[in-house]
Amino acid sequence: MRLHLRARWLAAAAFGLGAVGHADVLPDDRTDLLFHRYDGGGVTVEGPSVLVRKKFGDSFSASYQYYEDLISSASIDVLSQASAYKEKRTQNNFNLDYLHGSTLYSVGYINSNEPDYKANTGFFNISQSMFGDLTTVSFGFTRGFDKVGEVDKGIFQKYVGDAQHRNWQVSVSQVLTRNLLLGLNFETDESDGYLQSPYRGVRFVDPFSARGYSFGPAVAPSTRTGSAASAQLKYYLPWHAALEGNYRLYDDTWGVLANTVKFGYTQPLFTDWTFEATARYYWQSHATFYSDLYPYQDSQNFTSRDRELAQFHSLTLGLGTSWEFHPGWPHWVNKGTLNFNYNRLHIDYQDFHDNLIPSLIPGDEPLYAYDASVMQFFISFWY
Amino acid sequence: MMSNMHCCRIATPLLLGAVLLGGLLLGGCSPIQPWVKPYEREHLADPIMSFDRNPISSGYLDHVFEVREGARGATGGVGGGCGCN
Repeated sequence: MRLHLRARWLAAAAFGLGAVGHADVLPDDRTDLLFHRYDGGGVTVEGPSVLVRKKFGDSFSASYQYYEDLISSASIDVLSQASAYKEKRTQNNFNLDYLHGSTLYSVGYINSNEPDYKANTGFFNISQSMFGDLTTVSFGFTRGFDKVGEVDKGIFQKYVGDAQHRNWQVSVSQVLTRNLLLGLNFETDESDGYLQSPYRGVRFVDPFSARGYSFGPAVAPSTRTGSAASAQLKYYLPWHAALEGNYRLYDDTWGVLANTVKFGYTQPLFTDWTFEATARYYWQSHATFYSDLYPYQDSQNFTSRDRELAQFHSLTLGLGTSWEFHPGWPHWVNKGTLNFNYNRLHIDYQDFHDNLIPSLIPGDEPLYAYDASVMQFFISFWY
Repeated sequence: MMSNMHCCRIATPLLLGAVLLGGLLLGGCSPIQPWVKPYEREHLADPIMSFDRNPISSGYLDHVFEVREGARGATGGVGGGCGCN
């Protein structure tokens, strides 16, 4: 099942190269083995991932990533309109980089597969270093094709629609001083087709229902265009630490306007240890056609009760630690790191009510909120 | 109407971006000297100064946010992910 139907193709951005990477060198040869776990709001998602990157000669670098989600869900949406379920999603990413002078070309392909959703994505990116490598400019384009289906009790029922995505990215990274880096990113994406979840309905007042409301089908627009712009600064502190600040503004044709602010602090200690603390605040307005409770069925052309389109704010606090080691065997491994990251996420919805709590008046239920834990444990090797 | 307003909101930063990039590219015609010399970049080369030290980790976290939020993109990081209703 899907919360969001337009995210997959974006995997290209980070899998290829970071928006503020350097275009005059190929990425490091490294392998990462990761185990992740998300637990919150009645949903547990966990699984492994592996990322392998290797250079070939002086000009080529290839990478492959496998990612898996094992999902067990009894979220408020599921309990309101369906029954708890389990499913698995797998994703395979392939990427090839070619370095020519100060220009880095990247192409890639991503396939994501789950019982009711198939996605295929291709991407291209070009980065150019200039001005004595003080500036790196990147352009990227991504194209995605999705097929959306329905599953009932683990058995595929039918396809309900297709979706297409086009995404353009522009990034600039700039060395401002010997201690300060700036990153600027701008991205626009267009989606069209089936852009809603087939499992989620809308709630409307129904005087003939004992609880005072009923659920009916949602109807989302078949096109969506969104743009995001962000700026990030990273500053090297005199006592060998780094401070990072990041701001992002997002706006789309569905009326969602969002602000994200993030701060991070990185501190190496005791030669081999690195500690990191982060704080992230996110706020968004609701989509223009969103409502927690419509006055009657089919009261608008477009309707949705997706929580992701509601108005809410969230705070995420994170801690991370990394231990670097230098194994004597095998000889071709230069170094490794053991890493553990923990994030605590709290979301407060401002116009999405917890309808699982009985109320005499529909829409008078308390606002929904939940906490989630996000854990990552991974080991990395450079060679 | 909404679409026109959105186009304006997109077009303005795009235009500004094009002017900035054009200026940068045209600036390449004149002999700009790097104001941070290569031997002054020791701090910038430190791994803690990387915007994305561990792509597999930042990618996963971006994915966690993307499937729960209406906004996405311009993270310099990953997305791509599952639903989980």
